[in-house]
Amino acid sequence: MASRPSSDQSTDPKRPSDHFDSPELAEITNPRLGVVGTLRFFWRQLTSMRTALFLLLLVAFAAVPGSLVPQQTSDPNGVIQYKAANPGWSKVLDFFGVFNTYSSIWFSAIYILLFISLIGCIIPRTMHHIAALRTPPPKTPARLDRLPGYLRTVDAPVSDEDVADGVGAARDLLRASGYRVRVFDNDSASAERGYLRETGNLIFHIALVGILVAVGLGGGFIWTGQKVIPVGQSFANTLSDYDSISPGRWFSPDSLEPYKLTLTKFTPVYERHNLNAIGEAIDYTAYLRASVPGQKATNVTIKVNSPLRIGDTDVYLLSNGVAPVVTVRNPKGKVVYTQPIPFLPQDADLTSEGVIKIPDGLSKQVGMIGLFYPTECSPAVCGAAPRSVDPQLINPVLTLQVYTGDLGLNSGKPVNAYSLDTDKLTQISGFGTKTPGITLRPGQTAKLPNGLGTVELNRVIRYVGLDIHHDPTQLWVLSFAVLVFLGLITGLFIPRRRVWIKAVRRGGKVHYEYAGLARGEDPRLDDAVAEIARKHSQLLGLNMKP
Amino acid sequence: MIPVHAAVTQATLVNYSLVAIYSSMFIYALAFIFFTYDLAWRVSEARQLAAAPAVEVVAAKRAGQLTTKTALLDRPGPVPPGFEVAAATKVKRSLSARLGMVFTVMAWLLHVGGTVFRGLAAGRVPWANMFEFTLTATAIIIGVFLVIQFWQDLQFLGAYVTGFVLVFLGVATINFYVDVIPLPPALQSYWLVIHVFVASLGTGFYGLGAGLSVVQLIQARREARGLGPVRAVPTAEKLEALAYRLIVVGFVFWTFTLIAGSIWAEHAWGRYWGWDTKEVWTFIVWVIFAGYIHARATRGWRGSRSATLAIIGFSAVLFNFTIVNLYFHGLHSYSGL
Ligand code: HEM
Repeated sequence: MASRPSSDQSTDPKRPSDHFDSPELAEITNPRLGVVGTLRFFWRQLTSMRTALFLLLLVAFAAVPGSLVPQQTSDPNGVIQYKAANPGWSKVLDFFGVFNTYSSIWFSAIYILLFISLIGCIIPRTMHHIAALRTPPPKTPARLDRLPGYLRTVDAPVSDEDVADGVGAARDLLRASGYRVRVFDNDSASAERGYLRETGNLIFHIALVGILVAVGLGGGFIWTGQKVIPVGQSFANTLSDYDSISPGRWFSPDSLEPYKLTLTKFTPVYERHNLNAIGEAIDYTAYLRASVPGQKATNVTIKVNSPLRIGDTDVYLLSNGVAPVVTVRNPKGKVVYTQPIPFLPQDADLTSEGVIKIPDGLSKQVGMIGLFYPTECSPAVCGAAPRSVDPQLINPVLTLQVYTGDLGLNSGKPVNAYSLDTDKLTQISGFGTKTPGITLRPGQTAKLPNGLGTVELNRVIRYVGLDIHHDPTQLWVLSFAVLVFLGLITGLFIPRRRVWIKAVRRGGKVHYEYAGLARGEDPRLDDAVAEIARKHSQLLGLNMKP
Repeated sequence: MIPVHAAVTQATLVNYSLVAIYSSMFIYALAFIFFTYDLAWRVSEARQLAAAPAVEVVAAKRAGQLTTKTALLDRPGPVPPGFEVAAATKVKRSLSARLGMVFTVMAWLLHVGGTVFRGLAAGRVPWANMFEFTLTATAIIIGVFLVIQFWQDLQFLGAYVTGFVLVFLGVATINFYVDVIPLPPALQSYWLVIHVFVASLGTGFYGLGAGLSVVQLIQARREARGLGPVRAVPTAEKLEALAYRLIVVGFVFWTFTLIAGSIWAEHAWGRYWGWDTKEVWTFIVWVIFAGYIHARATRGWRGSRSATLAIIGFSAVLFNFTIVNLYFHGLHSYSGL
């Protein structure tokens, strides 16, 4: 591209030296850089457009591996399966932290460098822009006829006074069109507009830093907890009542605001009409009673896309399932265990698996692995292996395999409520033993093997799995994201341009010249100059020279 | 009770929709043939022009304007960087290009009709699964292509656009087809309407921008070989300016998609960002196009290099839509709550 017409650069946006708009400088080679010189050299390299571009593309590239391999944070089970399937290769991936790509050292290094580059870029630009906002438009160039959009009127005989009026009219017209105007020597008006373009661009980049800072610093304040609640039961927002919690660095149990949620009802809706989707879930609604100390209890609902905001937390409905209510009695008929047991869904028809542990009250510790089928398909249709064909409780069946031995509950180690470690247990009924497994329908009772007692399936209720989050960064991140968006639109679509109107005297006659100059992309510059020329010449009653 | 009449209407609407889509595909194929023929004409036209000894000055006088504008190449004096000429170089239109346009409009009306019928059948917006999303996104691509004609003659992209849409409609009707089924709870949100629609708009603009960039690369190579400017297709520089304008609009839509998607993810999954596969790829696409915008502002990166980035960016969009949707597992695959 040809070199630009020389003009005062003081109101130009400041750009890295390898920006397309920057004047091309001869490479300054200083043999004796010294420490300061070397540092400055590296800083200039780091904050150049080329480095920014390189780092951007590197971020895009570096993000790819993490999308091809399951991630520890979003898909921990996937990681386990992947490692089992590719043991050798997984070691290499593990070494490079690919299962945690987005918090790995190398990924962090790239984006931190990018943001250092970004900050190094925006600080001088912001300072310069603040100064530019207070700098009047630069001098009118000596010749306009080599500039974009150049137009002129015909020559007209005029007095000095007319010229002053014409330039005054030019100033008013440009001001009215949103330009900042400066009049020179009473024979030209120099105008500039679109400072918002640079403002928007800077806001865009600064807000990007804002998002990073909010996410980075705020991370320590975030905590998330999980709680499974069967219908009729309650949850109190205290540390001991959570099933699990992953606290951020700054989490303190005292900061939990005391509130209580009671699940009064859970209504899943399954498709019944559409033959292509019978039994598919179309709606889940959890009805809860929420009480906050000092306030009247209220009825609230939580749905999949509408969480409950309560006491500095957001409560999400992320899972649900069935919980058979089971009662176990000792041989004398005394109840030793009775409660709903949340079962984990295994498929869309809610075939579910769960574990019952009875450490006390029977002659031995007893563990049971249960499979529950909301609508068991009759063996005549589906074959011998039982399975569920509908998520609703149409033909509910619970099967149990019974074990005795040490349940491992007394060791003090945390135990997963959803799994039974059968290593130290002896199976006494069910598949693989001489005694057939237990099959129960609601209301039925069966004898436990070896005269241990009885087990009854009272009824089957639903439970919900709630995720409870506290994330004070959310609003910050959203606000910065909105600024990113607004800054982007402003920075891209507001044209920054200069326009000049100049009275040129030649031999007792005068004509007006018009021209403009774009700073950055400005496809409408010519039209804008032509429009101003048309209005101005009409005001003065002059014709344009064809 | 199954409301029988409802089931019947749904089946009927689904059939209307499919018939309309198949018919539109047939007419798109005709349009594609005419546009391809037109391209061949343009190339031979280009050969003739290249053989001509001198490049004549093209002066396009615009009615109602007081001035004579000259095309970029003939501008006297230096052209400041970043400055783009607004006036289009007037290009002669061939009969086949005009026929191509007429068929494209006809096909598009059927295409939109088919998509609307699909939405009516489902009782919701027609972009809730890959099949429907493909119908809508391709309709938007053609829509953007047609609307832009009022502002800028892009008929030389006709073959690219109709060919592209034809391929995707074919894959959609054969490989992506699913019956109308109700939305799973996670998709029941007004964000589905906003987020996915804006994503399709972004895809449309990116797609046209990438198409222009492909033509730009071809033109640049011709020009570099000293074959002279080709009048039947805009110059590489002009193509680049056009591509840039389309892509920045696409980028704005994409940025919105990313933000809206995060808000929705927070509502549905309890976190606004989780590096889910689909999220990662949407982010990758965003960063590539941010890179493209930067490249256009970096000395030494204008021209063919930035055009290549635009093409890579759009390839990532396609990858995100096809491979990621079909083969990668993540929350976006809706394998259950
Ligand atoms: C986090 C990484 C970055 C992203 C995502 C990003 C993105 C963008 C986008 C989308 C634009 C066009 C929008 C507008 O003009 O408002 C832009 C423009 C710009 N960026 Fe960045 N940027 C990043 C980092 C940087 C860095 C490190 C520098 C400095 C070296 C930089 C310098 C610029 C400049 C000078 C422009 C104006 C370009 C022009 O003249 O058209 N950016 N950036």
